[in-house]
Amino acid sequence: MEINLEEVFQQKIDNEIKIEPRDWMPEKYRKTLLRQISQHAHSEIVGMLPEGNWITRAPNLRRKVALIAKVQDEAGHGLYLYSAAETLGMSRDEMLSELHSGKAKYSSIFNYPTVTWADMGAIGWLVDGAAIMNQVPLCRASYGPYARAMVRVCKEESFHQRQGYEIMLTLCTKGNPAQKAMAQDALNRWWWPSIMMFGPNDEHSPNSAQSMKWKIKRISNDELRQKFIDVTVPQADILGLTIPDKDLKWNEERGHYDFGTIDWEEFNQVVAGNGPCNKQRLKARVDAWNNGEWVRDAATAYAEKRAKREAGKTEAA
Amino acid sequence: MSDRELLYNYTLHLADNSMILGQRCSEWCAHGPILEQDIAITNIALDLIGEARSLYQFASEMRGEGHTEDSVAFLRDVLDYKNALLVEQPNTDWAYTIARQFFYDVYHFNLHLALANSSEKRISEIALKTIKETTYHLKWSSEWMIRLGDGTDISKSKMQDAVNHLWEYTGELFQASDIEKMAFEKGFGADLSAIAPLWHSKVKEVLDEATIAIPQSAYQQKGGKTGLHSEHLGYILADMQFLQRAYPGAEW
Ligand SMILES: [Fe+2]
Ligand SMILES: [Fe+2]
Repeated sequence: MEINLEEVFQQKIDNEIKIEPRDWMPEKYRKTLLRQISQHAHSEIVGMLPEGNWITRAPNLRRKVALIAKVQDEAGHGLYLYSAAETLGMSRDEMLSELHSGKAKYSSIFNYPTVTWADMGAIGWLVDGAAIMNQVPLCRASYGPYARAMVRVCKEESFHQRQGYEIMLTLCTKGNPAQKAMAQDALNRWWWPSIMMFGPNDEHSPNSAQSMKWKIKRISNDELRQKFIDVTVPQADILGLTIPDKDLKWNEERGHYDFGTIDWEEFNQVVAGNGPCNKQRLKARVDAWNNGEWVRDAATAYAEKRAKREAGKTEAA
Repeated sequence: MSDRELLYNYTLHLADNSMILGQRCSEWCAHGPILEQDIAITNIALDLIGEARSLYQFASEMRGEGHTEDSVAFLRDVLDYKNALLVEQPNTDWAYTIARQFFYDVYHFNLHLALANSSEKRISEIALKTIKETTYHLKWSSEWMIRLGDGTDISKSKMQDAVNHLWEYTGELFQASDIEKMAFEKGFGADLSAIAPLWHSKVKEVLDEATIAIPQSAYQQKGGKTGLHSEHLGYILADMQFLQRAYPGAEW
């Protein structure tokens, strides 16, 4: 009897058996995952920039240390994810060169500027909050290395979300009027980009059905977005802040909040490279890479010299 | 100067060194040459600022009158910072950053070995924790000194350039200010003249392995520890103090 590899593969997925790097997998599954995981890794790394921007200006020592640790966590997430992606057959350097050439994408949210301290609060609360919504289902993704990386990532993301919310809470409940206005302004700027983080509406998300079948994706964009809005609105109420959406209201019948129309034209422009910081973010990453080239070369050269010397020693002995 | 004032000023001097260097290291976060090293230097920043916090907290308790680690750390102008010139020097590139770190680590490690015997309990407690952290920092920066010095021609020339440039800021570490002299006499400070030879021998050992020449120039800059800083510190403080100054007394 002939074994159909594709059927066996799908059966494993249907039975919630993880796919591991050495298992047979359809080429399209491998490519889809590689694109998704590397894009996710790039988002972690590019995502360090908007917050890293405020490290030297953090308002007190406790916040400074917490912010440094948070941005450092994102670097760690990048590492886990690059390692997971490497199991699919592309090196970290190759992935980075795709980022630097503009071929690979990263989350558009990081193309917005961080202009005040309140942005550190809003990013933790909303951006890390939306990331958690997206990522918790990925802890059960069908590809083993990805699922395991996401378990570690999610633990830290929920810590980031609480830290961000606590910054907002301090500004809103212990802050002076200027600080409270700063918090409202940050919410105004980050709200819509955050809810766009879940991606296009389901009817415009052509790859979703296949990803669902492969259990790389388990919950649709619109469902996740609704869930995020439903948990976030009461949090804004506690802060005493107003979400910048006049159509936002509780719908008793649906048991969900209704919300206004998303400006997908803005989203598409940012994806296309025309967001306020696309060029700066990419330049910062390319500069770090280029300025680091001689350092990486030196490390490689030294490691080789050392290995040779060690080999020489063993031969002599 | 009363003993209390002396201890306060000495504590600030220790804190300012690690605070300012920590601030410098943190500038690398998100811009490092290799992801793993971005994480490593950020860890060092966290350790240094953590140590500075413990010292500022101690200083604020001595000062009383509602002072906090933040009021002590942030609300001073350039002339009142007591850090050495070395730690405020700019990152410039990875070679300068490593050389600055290495020179400081050798000093910092040996200083805290001595401070572990401080007659002041708070200082000796902080020293014990700092020794553990600095042991790792010193290992890391020594390895990078060697890797860059004995790496490629480019990395060697960049490292030699960094060492030549930063050398004139190393002597100040061992020129005891009045505060450091008195702190040693009172039993809570360290004897810098005993640390200097330890520093020189470790530096020579590592530079030799790194195939980097020890600069022969004898002239040494000084002034940071008594408040006479380079132009760099003002910019560091402008960043650091911006929110504290723009919103006086605000909670964050
Ligand atoms: Fe992350
Ligand atoms: Fe995060």
